[in-house]
Amino acid sequence: MTFEVGSILNIGAILAVVIGVAAMLIWVERRLLSLWQDRLGPNRVGWFGLMQVVADMVKIFNKEDWVPPFSDRFVFVLAPAIIMTVILLSFGVIPFAPGVGIADSNVGVLFVLAMASLGAYSVMLGGLSSDNKYALLGSLRAAAQMVSYEVFMGISMLGVVALTGSFDLREIVLAQADGWYVIPQFVGFVIFLIAGVAESHRLPFDIPEADQEIVAGYHTEYSGMKFGMFFVGEYLGLVLVSSLITVLFFGGWMGPGFLPPVIWFAAKAFVFICFFILLRAAIPRPRYDQLMSYGWLFLLPLSLINLLVTAFIILSSQ
Amino acid sequence: MIILFYIAAIVAVISTLCVILQSNIVHALIYLILSLLAVAVIFYVLGAPFAAMLEAIVYAGAIMVLFLFVIMMLNLGKISTDQERSWMKSSGWVAPGIMAAILLAQLLNVLGDYEYDLVPVEVGVMEVSTLLFGPYVLAVELASILLLAGLVSAYHLAKK
Repeated sequence: MTFEVGSILNIGAILAVVIGVAAMLIWVERRLLSLWQDRLGPNRVGWFGLMQVVADMVKIFNKEDWVPPFSDRFVFVLAPAIIMTVILLSFGVIPFAPGVGIADSNVGVLFVLAMASLGAYSVMLGGLSSDNKYALLGSLRAAAQMVSYEVFMGISMLGVVALTGSFDLREIVLAQADGWYVIPQFVGFVIFLIAGVAESHRLPFDIPEADQEIVAGYHTEYSGMKFGMFFVGEYLGLVLVSSLITVLFFGGWMGPGFLPPVIWFAAKAFVFICFFILLRAAIPRPRYDQLMSYGWLFLLPLSLINLLVTAFIILSSQ
Repeated sequence: MIILFYIAAIVAVISTLCVILQSNIVHALIYLILSLLAVAVIFYVLGAPFAAMLEAIVYAGAIMVLFLFVIMMLNLGKISTDQERSWMKSSGWVAPGIMAAILLAQLLNVLGDYEYDLVPVEVGVMEVSTLLFGPYVLAVELASILLLAGLVSAYHLAKK
């Protein structure tokens, strides 16, 4: 069996690593947050508390997996599976290194966007089927937030696509051999970063599940492994957004030759994961209407201007 | 690839039937999303990856989210499901059934004469874009004016 793009070995390895990393992030996040807040965090189970993830998993599997009798059972069970499925599918087009990846699609960027837009259903259907006022409020907020920020996310990626002339993520990485796109596309990078946080609805943009206002938002009624899937899905989203930033703006696996390409990719992605965790520790949550008006009145014009200027520069330099 | 086409086609037909037969509106909507995704797969298999992705992003991703948004706002419960179910039972099936059967017969008749050339030619993003901003630029502009009109009128209604 060969180790090339799309081989069974490759797919299995990527699946295992991605899910493993997402699960480990639960521990990483808690430890890093504690570090920045001058606490210790979970450090009792195993080396530096590393086995805390295993302990949490055992706990979550043993919890009562309760489906509320007033809920819409079919949709209630379906919703958490959607988020895991679509985010794992998105990893299918990410090029991790030369020869490491699942598929090199010539519409890779669009595929990621399509999966991101399908991910909104998980949150919406979860809240709607719970038949709970807090859950419904959470999923209404999630729907508006995710549909809006998807727009800016897409437009901010278009600058990179225009520079490369391809929707293929591997081509985008290869086109950055002379210089990372973060320099010519800095505005696009910042917009993508903000939209990425909003799409994975993490703090400061965790308005759909704002604990202080609406209990736990869309997953108020979820327990056991169904809640666990929403939880791991959020971390998978974090890994996905960090990988996408690495691929689109920071040259993917490229780096000085003393480290293998996969390590470079992982290191770059890990920096962004840490940045997102720091963001959670540093910035408070905005109000819902502030989030929406910030998006439509500031990010949308900015991303359109960025795209226009990029297109103008490309055309005038030809 | 041709097997993929038939699988996607069967999924599309069955899920579209389920959209009509479901009395629970949220379930019907999920089947509609499934149907649209199956159509996206069909586009992809037939060599139109760009159209396939747009189908998934625009129809399955954006428009259906707005449908779901409206359903959430309306607070439809058991009453509407029962009402829908009562409409399903009625004899209103007969006339549309006959007309649909006639259409199906015509379609099969036309397809019987058709010369099959099942070698999909892949039409990439670049080809579609050059066509859209070349010979069809007027249609693109008209569509954007239509969308702008919709946007402005929605803004006007929301302001009241």
